[in-house]
Amino acid sequence: MSNAEAYKVRREPFYQPQGNEVALYEAAYAARLPVMLKGPTGCGKSRFVEYMAWKLGKPLISVACNEDMTASDLVGRFLLDANGTRWQDGPLTLAARLGAICYLDEIVEARQDTLVVIHPLTDHRRNLPLDKKGELVEAHPDFQLVISYNPGYQSLMKDLKQSTKQRFSAFQFDYPDAALEAGIVATEAAVDREMAARLVEVAHAGRRLKGHGLDEGISTRLIVYAATLIGHGVSPVDACRMAMVRPITDDADVIDTLDHAITAVFG
Amino acid sequence: MAVPGIRSIADSRQRLMANPESQAAWGALDCGFAAVADVFDECYAAAKRIIAGDELPDFLEAARVIGKLGRGAEPLLAFLEHWPDVVAGTGLAQSATLPPVMAAIRSLQKSPNGPAITPLLQTLGAVAERLRTAEALQHYLTLALDLATRTSGSIHGHHVTEPSPSLPDFLGQAPRLLGVVSLAGLKRWIDDGIRLYGDHPDNQRAYFALASPDSRAILQREREGTLFADVERRLNLTLAALWQDDSLLVPYSTAFAEVRLHPYLAPDGMRLPDALEDRGGISGLDRYRAMLAHLAGHRRWSQPLVADNWSPLQRLAVETLEDARVDALLLRRFPGLQPLLLALHPQPDADACDPASENCLRHRLTCLSRACLDPAHGYGDPLLAEFASRFHSLLDDSEASTRAVADLALSYAAHSRRPSDQFANVHFAGTEVDYRDDNRHLWTFIEAGDEEESFAPPPAAADDEPLGLPPRHYPEWDLATQNYRPDWSAVYEALHPAGRAANIDRLLEKHAILARQLKRLLDLLKPQDRVRLRYQEEGSELDLDVAVRALVDWQSGHLPEPRINVSHRTNGRDISVLLLIDLSQSLNEILAGSDQTILDTAREAVALLGWAIEQLGDACAIAGFHSNTRHEVRYHHIKGFSEGWDDAVKARLAAVEAGWSTRMGAAIRHAGHTLAGRKSEKRILLVLTDGEPADIDVADPQHLIADTKKAVAELSTAGVTTFCLSLDPKADAYVGDIFGRNWRVLDRIERLPEQLPMVYLNLTR
Ligand SMILES: Nc1ncnc2c1ncn2[C@@H]1O[C@H](COP(=O)(O)OP(=O)(O)OP(=O)(O)O)[C@@H](O)[C@H]1O
Ligand SMILES: [Mg+2]
Repeated sequence: MSNAEAYKVRREPFYQPQGNEVALYEAAYAARLPVMLKGPTGCGKSRFVEYMAWKLGKPLISVACNEDMTASDLVGRFLLDANGTRWQDGPLTLAARLGAICYLDEIVEARQDTLVVIHPLTDHRRNLPLDKKGELVEAHPDFQLVISYNPGYQSLMKDLKQSTKQRFSAFQFDYPDAALEAGIVATEAAVDREMAARLVEVAHAGRRLKGHGLDEGISTRLIVYAATLIGHGVSPVDACRMAMVRPITDDADVIDTLDHAITAVFG
Repeated sequence: MAVPGIRSIADSRQRLMANPESQAAWGALDCGFAAVADVFDECYAAAKRIIAGDELPDFLEAARVIGKLGRGAEPLLAFLEHWPDVVAGTGLAQSATLPPVMAAIRSLQKSPNGPAITPLLQTLGAVAERLRTAEALQHYLTLALDLATRTSGSIHGHHVTEPSPSLPDFLGQAPRLLGVVSLAGLKRWIDDGIRLYGDHPDNQRAYFALASPDSRAILQREREGTLFADVERRLNLTLAALWQDDSLLVPYSTAFAEVRLHPYLAPDGMRLPDALEDRGGISGLDRYRAMLAHLAGHRRWSQPLVADNWSPLQRLAVETLEDARVDALLLRRFPGLQPLLLALHPQPDADACDPASENCLRHRLTCLSRACLDPAHGYGDPLLAEFASRFHSLLDDSEASTRAVADLALSYAAHSRRPSDQFANVHFAGTEVDYRDDNRHLWTFIEAGDEEESFAPPPAAADDEPLGLPPRHYPEWDLATQNYRPDWSAVYEALHPAGRAANIDRLLEKHAILARQLKRLLDLLKPQDRVRLRYQEEGSELDLDVAVRALVDWQSGHLPEPRINVSHRTNGRDISVLLLIDLSQSLNEILAGSDQTILDTAREAVALLGWAIEQLGDACAIAGFHSNTRHEVRYHHIKGFSEGWDDAVKARLAAVEAGWSTRMGAAIRHAGHTLAGRKSEKRILLVLTDGEPADIDVADPQHLIADTKKAVAELSTAGVTTFCLSLDPKADAYVGDIFGRNWRVLDRIERLPEQLPMVYLNLTR
C-alpha cells in the first residue's frame, strides 16, 4: 500500500484559475518551498492543491486537521496486533517517504503543540524525527508540505504561531469574481450560465453582510450545492434557502434579508 | 310680511327661505338665531342630497333639540354643517348613528363640559369618515365621554364643577389622531395622558392638543403598520446586501404631516417615512424595500440636470421617465422585484381623466410609466405605445442616461400635448407612485447660491484640572509622506475619578436575567483546574475503560486502540485582555427610542463584561480614551490588570463621561504598551468605538485612519491581537481597512450589553 501510485490524482480535476496562481505554485514547488493557502472556507483551496498535484504528477496525501489530533496522528505510532507490535507510518511520514505533496487542511484546528512536529520538515533540514521509533526520516526530494488556513475565522485563539507562519510561502485566495464563479458553478453542477450567474448574485448579497451578523460569506461550495439541488429538480428559491442561507446563520433579520435577496433575484 | 333682503332681528323665525321645502323645515326647527337663518337654506339643500327623505324629520328634530341647548347658535351651526358628512362618511343609515350622538350630547349637556359639544360636532364628520361603522363611532363617543369624566375636576367632593381642560383640544385633534392610530391605540394613548397629566391641567392640555413631544412619542408607539424603528436593521441589511450602499437611513414623521411626503435623498442619506401600512397585499416592510431599491437605483444611475430652463410640467415629465428608467434598470438586476413594483405602481384607467375639463398630463405620464414597466399594460393609445417602445430601445443593452431619458420625456410631453395641460386642476387620482421619491436630487439650480457648509463648533473642553503624570509621547503615521512623525501625540494617563459603585451594581441587577444566561455559558467555558485528557498514547494514568476494551480487541485478533492513557492539563486559558473604550463626545447621543445615551448603554455592557471576565479568571484591564488635539490625548485607567472587579473599579466605571474627539492610534499604542508587558500566551486588545478616528486638528479623515491601521499593525508585530467592536453603522467603509478581519459592527446598539460579553466569549473560545 505504500505505493506512490495509489496517491496519484488520476483524472484532471476541474480547476478554474483566478490569476497566475498555477505558475506561482509551480515555482514554489520547483524550490520545494512549503506553501500556505489562506482564504475563506469553500473558495477552492483544496481543489487547487488537487489540481496542482495532478499537474505536477505527484502523489497527494490530505489530512483534515481537528482539535483532537495529536502528533502521533500525523507522524505514526506503534500498533499492537496478534504478532506483537508494528510501526504504522502516519500520513505526514508517509508523504515524506513517498515524495508526496502533503496537504494539511484547516491547520488552525490542530493544537499548537501538535503542529511543532512539522517544523523540521519545513526548513533546510527537510527531515522528520520519529522519536519513538528512533528513526530520522529524510524527506524524499519530491516531498512538499501545503497547509490551508482561514485567518480571522471566528476565534482569536485559533491562530498560527508566528514561528509556524514564518516557514511558509503564502497564497491569498478569495471567492472568484462573479463571471469566473458563475463559470465554476455551471461546470460543477450542470446548470446553465444564466442560472449560475443568478446564484452568484445571491451569494454576493450574503457576502456583503459579513461582519453584520454573518461570520463568513456564502462560499463557492454552497453555491455549487444550491446549483446541484436545482439540477435535482428543487426550485431555485428553495435551493438557495436550503443550501445558501439556512446553513450559515440563525439571525432572523439576516435570514429575512437574504430571503428577500433571493426573491429579488428569482421572483 | 317681511320684504326679502331686509332683515329684522326679531323675526328670524319668520325668515323666508328661497326654497319652499326649506321653508317648512325651517319652521319645524323653531330657531331664532339669525346666523343660522342665514345659512339654513344652503345647509338644508346639502343635507337633502345626502340624508334619505324618510330620515329628514329625525335630522330636523335633532337640530331643533341642539338649537335649544342654551349654548347659542354655534352647536346648531356645527350640526347642520357637519352632520351630513357623518352620514356620507360612514355610508350608514342615520338611524344607526344619530341616537348615540344625541345621547352623547345630552350627557355633555348635563356635565360641566357642555361647551365641548361644538368641537365634538365640528370634527365628527372627519372622524366618522375614518371610523366607518356605527359600532366604532359608538366606541369613539364612549372614549370622549370617558375622557371628559376622568379629567373633570371635582372641587367640593362629589360636585363636578370644573370642566375638563383637555376635552375640547382632544376633540379638535380627533380626526388627525384616528388617521394615525386605531381606536384601541387611541384608548391607550388617552389612558397614558390621563395617567401622566391627570393632575396637571396645562400639561394635560398640551398632551391632548398633541403639542408635547411625549404625547407624540406615545402616539407613535401606538401606530399601525410597520414602524421604521422595528425594521431598521433589516433595511440596513437589505441596502448593504442588495445595493452595496451604506447610506444612512433616517425616518421622517408622517403622523402629523399635512401633506404626504415621498421618500427622498438627502445629502447625508436616505429619508423614509417612520411607518408604513400594508397596502394592496404588500407588507409595510416590502414597501420599504421598494423605496430602498428605488432610492439606491437613483444613487447608482441618476445624474442631476440643470433645472433653470424647464417648466414645472416638463420637469414632471422628466422625473417620471427617469423614475421609470431607474426602476427598469433595477428590475434588470433583480427581476424578482417586478411583482412588488407592479403591485405598488398604479395602473390608471386610460379614460379616467377628461382632457376637456382637467389637466391630464400627470395621468398620461403615469400611464406611460406603467407601460414602461409592465409589458401587459394593455393601453391602446398608439402614441403611448410608441414612446414605451422608444423607452425600451433606449435602454436596450445600455443604461442610457438621465439626459437621454429627459429628451424622450420632453418629446412625449410635446407630442401628446393638450390645451388643457395648462389648466390648474390637475388630475391627481391614481397617479401617485408612492414608493418613488420626490426627485429633489435630480435638479441643480444655477442661480441659487451654494449653501455654506456649517461647521459644528468644536466641543467645549470638559475640564481644565491639571494633569498628574507627565505625558508619554507616541509617533503618528503620516499618510501623505508615508513616514512617522516622531513624538507627535501626547498621551496623559490618569486614574479615572470615582463615582458610586452601587450604580454599577444596580446596572447589573437590571440585567439580572442576562447575567444568569451568561453565567451558564461561563460555567461551560470556565477552565477546570485540572482537565482530563482521554485517549492519550502517553499519559499519567491508565484509562481503565479503554484499556479493557483494547485488551479484548487484541485477544480477539482485532486491532486494539493504542491510546489507552489519560493525562491532565491545567487551566487552558492564559489570556490578558484590555478593553479600550472610546469616550468621545458622540457617545452622549441619545439612542433613538429610549432615554439612554450610547455611553449609558456602553457602561452597562462594560459592567457585564467586567463581571463576566472576572468569573472566567482572565486577566483584564479597562481603560477609556478621548482627545483634544494631538497635544492632549487622555487615557483613563478604569481597571488595572492587578485589580479585582471590586468597588473601586465599579466606582470609576460609574463616573465615566464622554467628550472631545477620537485620536485612536495614540490610545491604541498606549494600550498596546501596557499589554506588551503581560506574560500571557494570548494578549488581546478589544476596542469599543462608535465612529472613525477623528480629531479637531486633523482635516483629512484618512490620515487618522491610516495612523490607526499602522498602530494596529505595530501591536500585531508585538504579539497583541486587536479586535474592534464598532457601533457605527457606516463602519464598513473603514473598519476593515484598519482592523483587517478582526472587527464586527453591532447594528443594534441597544443590544450591546448582551453582545459585548458574547463577542468576547466567542473570540476566546
Ligand atoms: N477555482 C475553482 N475551480 C473549480 N472549482 C472551484 C473553484 N473554486 C471553488 N470551487 C468549487 O467549490 C468547492 C469548494 O472548494 P474547496 O473544497 O477547494 O474549498 P476550500 O477553500 O478548500 O474550503 P475549506 O477551507 O472549507 O476546506 C469545490 O468543490 C468546487 O466545486
Ligand atoms: Mg425617483
